[in-house]
Amino acid sequence: MTPLRLLRMLWAEPKSRAGLVIVALFVVMAGAGPSLVQDPTAFNAVPHQPPSWDHWLGTTGQGQDVLAQTVAGARMTLVVGFTTGFLVVVLGALVGGAAGYLGGRVDDALSLLINVFLVMPGLPLMVVLAAWLPPGPMTLLVVLVLTGWAWNARVLRAQALALAKRDFVLAAKVSGESALRIIRAEVLPNMLSLLASSFIGATIYAIGAQVGLEFLGLGDISEVTWGTNLYWASNDSALLLGSWWTFVPTGACIALVGFGLVLVNFGVDEIANPRLATEASWVRKLGSRAATDGSTPVVRGGVS
Amino acid sequence: VNRSVAYLLRRLGFYALAAWVAITLNFFIPRLMPGDPVKTMFARFKGELKPEAIESLRETFGLTDDPLLVQYVTYLKHLFAGDLGISVSYFPEPVSKVIGAGLAWSVFLAGTALVISFLLGTALGAIAAWRRGGLVDSVLPPTLSLLGAFPFFWLAMLVLFVFGYGLGWFPLRHAYPEGTTPGLNLPFILGALQHVLLPALTMIVAALGGWMLAMRNTMVGVLGSDYITYARARGLAPRRVLLRYAFRNAVLPNVTSFGMALGFVLGGALLTEIIFSYPGQGYLLIQAVRAQDYPLMQGIFLSITLAVLGANWLVDIATLVLDPRTRR
Repeated sequence: MTPLRLLRMLWAEPKSRAGLVIVALFVVMAGAGPSLVQDPTAFNAVPHQPPSWDHWLGTTGQGQDVLAQTVAGARMTLVVGFTTGFLVVVLGALVGGAAGYLGGRVDDALSLLINVFLVMPGLPLMVVLAAWLPPGPMTLLVVLVLTGWAWNARVLRAQALALAKRDFVLAAKVSGESALRIIRAEVLPNMLSLLASSFIGATIYAIGAQVGLEFLGLGDISEVTWGTNLYWASNDSALLLGSWWTFVPTGACIALVGFGLVLVNFGVDEIANPRLATEASWVRKLGSRAATDGSTPVVRGGVS
Repeated sequence: VNRSVAYLLRRLGFYALAAWVAITLNFFIPRLMPGDPVKTMFARFKGELKPEAIESLRETFGLTDDPLLVQYVTYLKHLFAGDLGISVSYFPEPVSKVIGAGLAWSVFLAGTALVISFLLGTALGAIAAWRRGGLVDSVLPPTLSLLGAFPFFWLAMLVLFVFGYGLGWFPLRHAYPEGTTPGLNLPFILGALQHVLLPALTMIVAALGGWMLAMRNTMVGVLGSDYITYARARGLAPRRVLLRYAFRNAVLPNVTSFGMALGFVLGGALLTEIIFSYPGQGYLLIQAVRAQDYPLMQGIFLSITLAVLGANWLVDIATLVLDPRTRR
């Protein structure tokens, strides 16, 4: 399956099409939006004003325009989110793929590494790392990739393990194809849907964790992002003063992007595993999250 | 039995390795950072702390002019003696004492939330699977999955805003009312219960969906198996089939998850504690970060990690006892 064909199949499905549209809207907003709204950092209004004609979503405790901040915040948040998602999948595919495909000692060593990272509590590690590193998007990227790659590596290892035993891969080996060509022509196309859903899952994780860290004040608080918007809302005692408009729009945007990505993922899952289409999608979504708490369901051999 | 012991020892070895990685990370993270934040920290506290205090901090951090390996050994020695250094923001309290106080509140809050959401979620999941397509099965999961799309701390903020500030039904911060003394007296206990209610409820709502769906999905699988059909064909009472045959087997994965979640109880619910200013481990950690209290920060990270590793090992033991298949 080529990426283009996957995209076309996703577009054919109403649910994943809705997801693609939502995500695309936010990408456009992140790209073009900041030049259409006022300067998000300018302190040019009366602080703590509810939504009005001049400021459609009200003003912050510092007298900035909430609409401008919400729109401008999308850019950095989505850039860091998608970049992290991409890096996490690349790292996961390299480590997990090598472990699953090569097997033996390499697998033992890499699996041990993956399991050590999986068992470490992620959030405290993120907080400690982010506290020592200088604040900024680079720090967030490093911290998120470092704490997030292992789960993907485990999933992709299981898939590579199963694929390495499949007849068509064995046939390619016997016919003397080089390992690089087998991986590129036989293994990767069959992993595409898993890679895609891993990428989407990792992006959702990255956006959530990044916003959480920034909310805790561990980002660069002079930058306008969705996380720092919430940090400032809480810092300017939005709750105490009842200025709900300073944190509701940003939260709703984060939830919408997450929801859109989840919708796309439903489509990817159904393409990868047509039997799933019979089970309602929310059951799989919540169920799979709970299943991640369990022990490793990775079995050698077998057909995925 | 010998195999089980060997298995448990192998797992113990793995957790020991993971613990060593965490301890070593804890040692190297401050030393490898750009700009030497440790020196900055000492420079910052020079005016505030007595020279003896700085000396003792330097000692516990192993931050002498010795080579790195010697520093590492000094650090390990202090660690095994239970010495995590002295907190800068709670000076002169030792870090271990500060952590102990936070631990109690974390266990109370996260433990209450975990037990309730586990029991309630598992029961609801069993009901949903038993009456597939019924009211519980069709209403709760979509609602909970929609709630799951929002960032958790944002929901917590909203809950605090509506029920705490708006309606004024719940206290806004801290773990017990001012003016009461912690101990076995009625005002304190009632106050503590009142304070734990809102954060615990938020955590329960957030976690319920996971428990429920996990239980439901396993239970649906179990209900489709042959021995259930056989039990029904024998004419056993439906209640007996549900409780003694299906539930008992379907609950195993949830028990495993429960055990793993127990480890995270000790780590506290980081974001919940911060939103509700609840003085547990997570709140302490972020306070330490804000006050640049690096010894406390490092100590909390280490204690959370060790708690999680220990709980994982207990889960291995519990699974071995509960599920005969793993003993083979």
